Amino acid sequence: MTDKGILIKGLKKRYGKGDTAVDALKGVDMQVSPGEVVGLIGPSGSGKSTLLKCLGAVIEPTEGRMTLGNKVIYDNGWKVNDLRALRRDKIGFIFQAPYLIPFLDVTDNVALLPMLAGKPNADSRKLAVELLQALDVAHRAKAMPSELSGGEQQRVAIARGLVNRPPVILADEPTAPLDSERALAVIRILNHMAHQYETAIIVVTHDEKIIPTFKRIYHIRDGVTYEEAGEGRVFE
Amino acid sequence: MKIKNTFIFSIQALSGYPARTLLVLLAMSMGVASVMLLTSLGEGAKRYVNREFTSLGTHILFVLPGRSETTGGPPPMLGQTPRDLTLEDALSLTRNPSIGKVAPIVVGSAPVSWNGKDREVTILGTTADMFEIRQLAMGQGRFLPVQDPSRGSGVAVIGNKIKKEIFGNRSALGEWIRIQDRRFQVIGVLEKKGQSLGLDMSDLVIIPVASAQSLFNTSSLFRIMLEANNRNDVQAAKEAVLRTIKERHDNEDDITVITQDAILSTFDRILTALTFTVAGIAAISLAVAGILIMNVMLISVSQRKSEIGLLKAIGATGSQVLWVFLTEAAILSMIGAILGIFIAYSGMVVIMRLFPDFPVHIPAWSVAASVFTAQLTGILFGVLPARRAAALDPVLALSRR
Repeated sequence: MTDKGILIKGLKKRYGKGDTAVDALKGVDMQVSPGEVVGLIGPSGSGKSTLLKCLGAVIEPTEGRMTLGNKVIYDNGWKVNDLRALRRDKIGFIFQAPYLIPFLDVTDNVALLPMLAGKPNADSRKLAVELLQALDVAHRAKAMPSELSGGEQQRVAIARGLVNRPPVILADEPTAPLDSERALAVIRILNHMAHQYETAIIVVTHDEKIIPTFKRIYHIRDGVTYEEAGEGRVFE
Repeated sequence: MKIKNTFIFSIQALSGYPARTLLVLLAMSMGVASVMLLTSLGEGAKRYVNREFTSLGTHILFVLPGRSETTGGPPPMLGQTPRDLTLEDALSLTRNPSIGKVAPIVVGSAPVSWNGKDREVTILGTTADMFEIRQLAMGQGRFLPVQDPSRGSGVAVIGNKIKKEIFGNRSALGEWIRIQDRRFQVIGVLEKKGQSLGLDMSDLVIIPVASAQSLFNTSSLFRIMLEANNRNDVQAAKEAVLRTIKERHDNEDDITVITQDAILSTFDRILTALTFTVAGIAAISLAVAGILIMNVMLISVSQRKSEIGLLKAIGATGSQVLWVFLTEAAILSMIGAILGIFIAYSGMVVIMRLFPDFPVHIPAWSVAASVFTAQLTGILFGVLPARRAAALDPVLALSRR
C-alpha cells in the first residue's frame, strides 16, 4: 500500500445523539493511490455525500483515521488544526456545475485559488495559463465564463481544481450536465492529469456513460463501502 | 488574499452586476447631494441676510418704541401702550458725540397721483441723513435737502418703480405729484435697487419727516435709525440713546435699541438651526440609502451563494469573504458620495443661474459630513450581509440536491 494518495480506515460519522442519532458512515475503508482515478457510486441516502464532506475536510468524522499524502488528518477524534488551509492546499474540488465566478475571466477564475493563498498575482496567473494549455482551453484564457461552452466551462473548473497541485481531487458528478462525448473527454482529462501530476482522484458519479472507464470502483451502501474492480475501458 | 486583490475582486464583482451597482450608487449619490444642497441653501440664506445687513454699514442702530427684554426681539405688541418716540427724541440724540447721523422714520400708506394716474404707495418720512445711513444712490436728481427736520417742505424723492409706473419714459424731475391732498415736487429718483430689509426701495416715495407727520396726522415716529461714529462706538451710542431717551421719558426705560450685530447674531442663530435641521432631514435620506445598500447586498448574498460557497470550499476564510463584501459596500458608498458631490455642485450652478442674487454656497463641513455619513452608513449596513455571506456553509451553498 502506498504512503501517498488518500487512505481512510474505519471512518464513521454519526449525526445527532441518543435515540435520534443516525449513523451515516459505519466504518468506511478506502485507499486511492497517486495517479489513480477511482469511482464512488451509491444510491441516495447511502452516505455518499457524508463521505465526500469528510474527505473534503468540510465536516469531521466521529471515528476513524484518514491520511492525505503523508499527513494524518483525523485519527479517532484528533484532527489537524487548520482544515480550511488543508482544503486550500491539499484538496482540489470539481463540482457538478462548474461554478465559475461570472465576473472574472477564465485565467482569474483558475488563478483565484493561489491568489487566495497569497501567491503573487503574476505567478498565480502563470500557473493558471499552464493548466489551461494542458487542458486545451488556453485560447479562451481572456474570455468570460458566459462566453464558454459547457465543456469548456468544465475544463476550466478542472484547471481550477488542479491549480494548487493538490495530492487529492474530489470530483462530485463532474460529467452530469455533459453529453457522452464531452463526459468521456472530461474523464480522459482527469486520467491524464492524475498521471501527469501524481494526483489521487475520486469521482462521485451516477453517470452510466463513464462508469466503465474506472479501473476500481467503490460502492457505498448503508454507510459501508465495497470495492470492486472496474472495466478500465479506454474510449478514444 | 492580499488587500489589493480583495479590492480588485470587489471592483470586478461590482462591475459584474451593473444594475445592482447603479441602483445603489443612485440612492447613495442622491442622499449625499440632498444633504449638500439643503445645507447650501441654509448657508446661502445666512450669507444673504448677512450681506443685506452689512451693506448698510456695520454700525447701525435701530430705536423702537416699547421695551423688549430680549435683545433683537420685537417690542411688545399687546398690553400697556408704550410712550411714543417723537421727533424731539430723535433730535436730542444728534447731540451725543458717539452718534454720527440720525434718521427719524415715519411710515404710512397713501394714494399718489399724477396726471390722472393714481396708486396707493408706501410713504417714508425721514431726513437727509437717511441717504447715507441706508447707503442709497440716486438715479436722477438729488435726495431730500438738509434742513430743519421739524419743518416740512413739499419735496419728494420717488423710487424707480414708481417713476416708471407714473411717468413712464418721461423725466419726473420738477413734476408735481399729489400725495393724498398735498402737492409735492419730485426732486430725485432713487437708483434701481431691490428689496432691502423687507422694504422695496423702488416702490416708495420719500418725503421730509415733518411733512409725513402732518400727512398722517401723527406726532410719533415709527423708528429712529442712527449710525454710530464707528464700529467701536456702537455700544457707547446704544447706552447714550437709552440714557437720553430715559431722561426725556420721565426716567422710564420704554424703548428698545437694537444693534446690527444683535440682529445679525439672532438671524445667524435661527438660520444655523435651520441649516442643521434641513441637513438632519436630508441625512435621513442617507440612512435610507444605507438601508438600500443592506437590502441589495442581502439579496446579492443569496444570489451569489454559489460564488461564496465556491470561495469557501476552495479555502477562502470567513473573514476574506467578509472583507470582500465590506469592501464592496465601502466602494459603493465612496463612489456614491463622489457622484453626490458632483450632483450637488451641478445643482448649485443651476440655482446660481436661476437666482443670481442668492449667494448659495456649499459649506466644507457639509461635504465632509455627508461623505463621512455615506461611508459610515454604507459600511455599517454592509456588515450584516457580509457576516451572512461569511457564515455561509460551502457545502449547502454549492449543493444542488
